[in-house]
This record gives sequence, C-alpha cells and structure tokens, in this order.
Amino acid sequence: MITHPFSYQAPSTIEEAIATLGRSRDGKVLAGGHSLLPLMKLGLAQPDTLVDIRKIASLRDIRAEADGTIVVGTLATHRSIAEDRTIGAKLAALAEAAAAVGDPQVRSRGTIGGSLAHADPAADEPAPTLAFDAIIRAIGSKGKRDIPAREFFKAPFETALAPGEIAAEIRFPAQPGRTGSAYLKFRHPASRFAVVGVAAVVTAKADGTIERAAIGVTGAAEAPFRATAAERAITGTKGDAKAIAAAAAKAAEGMTTLSDLAASSEYRRHLVSVYAKRALERATQRARG
Amino acid sequence: MAQAITVTVNGTKRTKDVEPSQLLVELLRDTLGLTGTHVGCDTSQCGACTVLVDGRATKSCTILAVQTDGAEVVTVEGLAKNGELHPVQRAFASEHALQCGFCTPGLMITAVDFLARNASPSDAEIRHAIEGNLCRCTGYHNIVNAIRSAAAMMTMSAQSKVAAEVKR
Repeated sequence: MITHPFSYQAPSTIEEAIATLGRSRDGKVLAGGHSLLPLMKLGLAQPDTLVDIRKIASLRDIRAEADGTIVVGTLATHRSIAEDRTIGAKLAALAEAAAAVGDPQVRSRGTIGGSLAHADPAADEPAPTLAFDAIIRAIGSKGKRDIPAREFFKAPFETALAPGEIAAEIRFPAQPGRTGSAYLKFRHPASRFAVVGVAAVVTAKADGTIERAAIGVTGAAEAPFRATAAERAITGTKGDAKAIAAAAAKAAEGMTTLSDLAASSEYRRHLVSVYAKRALERATQRARG
Repeated sequence: MAQAITVTVNGTKRTKDVEPSQLLVELLRDTLGLTGTHVGCDTSQCGACTVLVDGRATKSCTILAVQTDGAEVVTVEGLAKNGELHPVQRAFASEHALQCGFCTPGLMITAVDFLARNASPSDAEIRHAIEGNLCRCTGYHNIVNAIRSAAAMMTMSAQSKVAAEVKR
C-alpha cells in the first residue's frame, strides 16, 4: 500500500518527460518501478510526481549500431536482456548479470536503467556495465551527456545524473575478437542481491596470453568498482590457473569492503577474490573459444 | 487525482477511475472483486500476488494500476476456459501441490508463464522458475511435480492437436 498522494504522468516523448520532471517539485522517473515503488511503500521516497517513461518506445530497444556498439535502452527489462541473443553472444557477462537479478517476476518488470540510476550498492548490472566500459547517455533540459560507467556510480544510491536528467540508454562498445566475459555472484540467501558479484571481461592474444582484462565488482563496497590492481596483474600473463589466482588475490586491493549481517568486511574481501578468480577463469576460457 | 484507465482483465475490457497510488492488486481485489490474487507480503518477495501482465508473470503488489492502462492482465480466475481447468490447475490438484492454498494462485500463474517459454523443463529449471514464489506449508516437492506433470499434459495436448490437423 502506498499512503501518500502523488500525481502521475505518462508522456510519450522524452522531451515532454524532461519538461514534466522540471516542473515538478520532487518528481521521480518511473521505469519498471521495482526499486522505487518499494521505497514509496516504506515512505522512504515521497515524490510529488511520477513521470512514467513506458510510452517512450525508443527507450525499450536493444540494438547494434554500425560500429558494433550495442545500445541497451533504459527500459530494457532484465528479462529481455537475459533473453537477447546478441547480448548473450557479445556481452555474456551482462546477460548473466541480468539473469541473476531477483526472481523471474522481478526480471519481468525491472529495468537496467532503473537499476543503474537507483544505484543500490548490491545491484548486479553495475558490474558488467563497469567491466565493459559502457557509457550512460543521459538526456536533460540542456541536451545529451555521455557519462562513462567509471564516473557514474558515486556512493550508495547516488550517481552522476543531475536532477532532471534521465539515463536514456546504456551504450556497450564493440569488444575485440577473442574476448570472453562472465558474471558470477555470491547471492544473499533471502534477498538474492549480490553479497559480492564480479564481472570479468578478458581479451586473449592468438597465442592465448592475456592482452586485456577488466573486472567490475558489485556488492562489496559502498559503490561498485573496477579491480584495477587485479586487472594489471593478469595482463600479459599466460592466463593460467596460477596467474589468475595471483591476480584475483588483488581484486579488493585498496577498497574498504562493507560489513553487515550477510558478511563481515573480511569475509567480503575473501569473496571478492574467490569470485574474481572464478569469473576470470570462465571469461578466459570463453575468450579462447 | 483519480484518472480513468482501461485494462483488459481475463479477456474483458474494464474502464475504471483509479488513484495513482492504487496498486494493480488493489484494483483487482478491491475494485474488480477478483480475490483469487492474494496479498502475502506486499514487498514483492512472496509472489502470492503474481498475475500475467502482457503475458509476463508480474508481482501485482509492485506495479501501479495506472501503469497497466492499455495492458492485458490475466489472473487465476482467467486460467480456466469454458468451465475446463487449465492443465496447470489440474496438475496442482492431482499432485497435491497445495495445503492451505494461499500461495497457489501466484505459483500457478508463474508456472503458466514459465511453461509458455519452456515446454519440457528439467526439475532444476522448474525450481529456478519458482524462485519468486514462497510456500510456507507444504514445501516445494509436489509443486515441482505438478509443474512437470502440467508440462507433459500440455505437450501431449499440443501433439494430439497436430495429429488431428494431420488426419484432416
């Protein structure tokens, strides 16, 4: 039950949505509503206006551009991402993260844009968004703005989006040949949020050595992060079990890991290494085909 | 301020004035009297309120009624056709897949969406498919049996339809 009154608008263009948001006192964008509506039930969010963007059909598209960029519209549901063949083939870690969100009903309605903009520190999709170096294209009253994923997540529930801006699409750049990726998580037994989730993207050379690696970690700290020390450690190695284990051991280096009922800070640090190792192994295997 | 919406519920178009804060499950139960859809937790965890929205299993406690303007909704009351129970309903009865029955409508709707996408699932796939539905009395074993049995019934009936077409 939602006890506070609000006005509801469902404009059919993004310009209209931005204008409506601008006119409101404390308006919120409504996509799938699977983060916002629960907050409103608890009274933790009490927007005066909800701007539902569901009628803006272009925001729902998943498409490949000529240069190989895969554009995922903000309204793409976790389910549609998990079931999309192009994403499954080119961005496996994203498909696996989307398939790991909540439960089937939540995936029917919840959207990638909503999840990223809500910026729950334990959300799944931020990990592959970071590891693939995606760009979040925001649209506001002053026009378009491209925000690299690495600059997007600021703090728990805080992003680089300015008030009145809408995260319209998430742009995943084309990955080079011999690239493989994977997402693995240790999930909270009840909520299914990521206690720790790791996305690894690995590009191998023809001889099998690791040319490039990117590791996105969610759930472990106040905001999702790139495990840069581990990335550096694995690059240039043969990508064998020993090299992967040595790199994964550095995956939480320099980070303050969270402590809560599900896992202590120390345990989370351990989980980051374990899941980084498993994700790197799987991504490396896939990179080599 | 209340606004008019038109939703197709179990095949019938319904136009109603709703407050923006009204949840879909409140529209179904309180306004339309379709009390087969249950409210268990009201926090999108238990799945008792699951209905189909445009064919996809959705927790009706976590969607506003206004968001379904123009949509097609199917509740447990819409599963039986011409007085004949849906195979999923028959299987839940024959496999004793319920005790108190509170979670049953949501589980059956989830199963209908799942079986539409996966006609011959493994037990592991069935167990994953019902992750969003909690049963607090009977356990999941007979529920899994029922969904497996419904899949077989639906495949057989699809095959006999094809056979009848071929004969003709």
